Amino acid sequence: MSLIESLSANLPKLLDGLETTLLLTGLGAALAAVFSPGLALIRLGGPTPAKVLLRIYISFMRGTPLLAQLFLVFYGSGQFRAELTALGLWSFFRDPFNCAVLVFVLNSCAYQTEILRGGLQAVPPGEIEAARAIGMTRAQVLARVTFPHAYRIAWPALGNEVILLMKASALASIVTVFDLMGRTRQIFSRSFEFSVYFEAAALYLLITVVFVFLWRQIERRLTRPMRRTQGN
Amino acid sequence: MMETLFSYGPQGWGDELLAGLGVTLQLAAATLPLGLLLGFFVAALSLSRRPGLRAMGWGYTTVMRGMPEILTLFIVYNGLGLGLNRLLDAFAPQLGAVDFPPFAAGVIALALVFAAFAAEVLRGAFQSVPEGQVLAGLAIGMTGRQVFWRIKLPQLWRFALPGMGNLWLNLLKDTALVSVIALDDLMRATKVAVGVTKQPFTFYLAACLIYWALCLGSELVLARLEARANRGLRRV
Repeated sequence: MSLIESLSANLPKLLDGLETTLLLTGLGAALAAVFSPGLALIRLGGPTPAKVLLRIYISFMRGTPLLAQLFLVFYGSGQFRAELTALGLWSFFRDPFNCAVLVFVLNSCAYQTEILRGGLQAVPPGEIEAARAIGMTRAQVLARVTFPHAYRIAWPALGNEVILLMKASALASIVTVFDLMGRTRQIFSRSFEFSVYFEAAALYLLITVVFVFLWRQIERRLTRPMRRTQGN
Repeated sequence: MMETLFSYGPQGWGDELLAGLGVTLQLAAATLPLGLLLGFFVAALSLSRRPGLRAMGWGYTTVMRGMPEILTLFIVYNGLGLGLNRLLDAFAPQLGAVDFPPFAAGVIALALVFAAFAAEVLRGAFQSVPEGQVLAGLAIGMTGRQVFWRIKLPQLWRFALPGMGNLWLNLLKDTALVSVIALDDLMRATKVAVGVTKQPFTFYLAACLIYWALCLGSELVLARLEARANRGLRRV
């Protein structure tokens, strides 16, 4: 079978898997992005017990394999089946897709919080003092000065994190989610057609390339006001 | 209860987990030198003066860093397996179908990935050597080769160490993936224990804690190494 024939035969299934991969990555990254700004603030200036807990959480998430985290949630929840059923949560944990999203959110949130913390620390103090001097409240300073600038600084690193999450989402296939990797393994196990792996690799690279392009476009938008004042 | 679960001997799983941890460490330790060697080679390609070689270096790092590690692992494991069986069919058909040794496949796949990231770290480190030092070397009459061996290479360690430290931590964590291709590492030993005891949360948490301890220990060592690498540096 030629490469073109094999690709056109496999493509519908692979695209179906691609959709799941994008959904896993998008949900994981977006939900994590909801929590990371608040956590980054706590990480920098919260009460000490909260700071300590947050540091332990981040260290754990970064110091253990994602696969182990996934197994801990997906298989580990089985140990508390009775308790989870009583709480009405068992149907959530029984579904491997849900567990994968939950783990990706927890994992990505740890990384995003650290990246955003770096961004917040890199905002020049003069800007914050200037905002206070013209009478902005603390909330206004955060919303109008600190966070917009912190996100501009952190943007490239956040993009890297999303790409890492996209690659890591392939691990969901190990707990029987049929994402791009899951479909690929399924096709290979049925046909022993080795080229399917290269087709999957091409698709993963394609997502990365498209994502990098889109992310740069957004970055250009975010930094437009700065470029304008610099006379470019 | 806990003591018996994690004890040594036939009742407990302590010895099985420890054996798995041994395999995990062997895997990481075997991958590091191979990945570094390959990483140096790819970095040399990326820094080459010839556009063709540079493109090869760029292509390698881009493709390898853009692919999920688990996909690389399957390509290497199944690809080498298919290749080996094709060779055996041609030369020794009486042996029948065999599996490619998973440990070797794991080391090769992890080293290929490690090399791509290491090449980028090394390239950055080479480029971090201040231009003035290179010019100074040339000015006192060193050849390009002497500048490389006496000025650039000795400082490489210092610039590359933080990046390499991160790669080592990633490598430790990525070894968990090989449990998927039937290698008896820590992750797989945990899975076996879970199958028998029906206590998935307890055992996967134990596995997580062991990996965590490995990473925290590594971080301590890396901090010391970094302090040592920077000991001759003037503080401003």
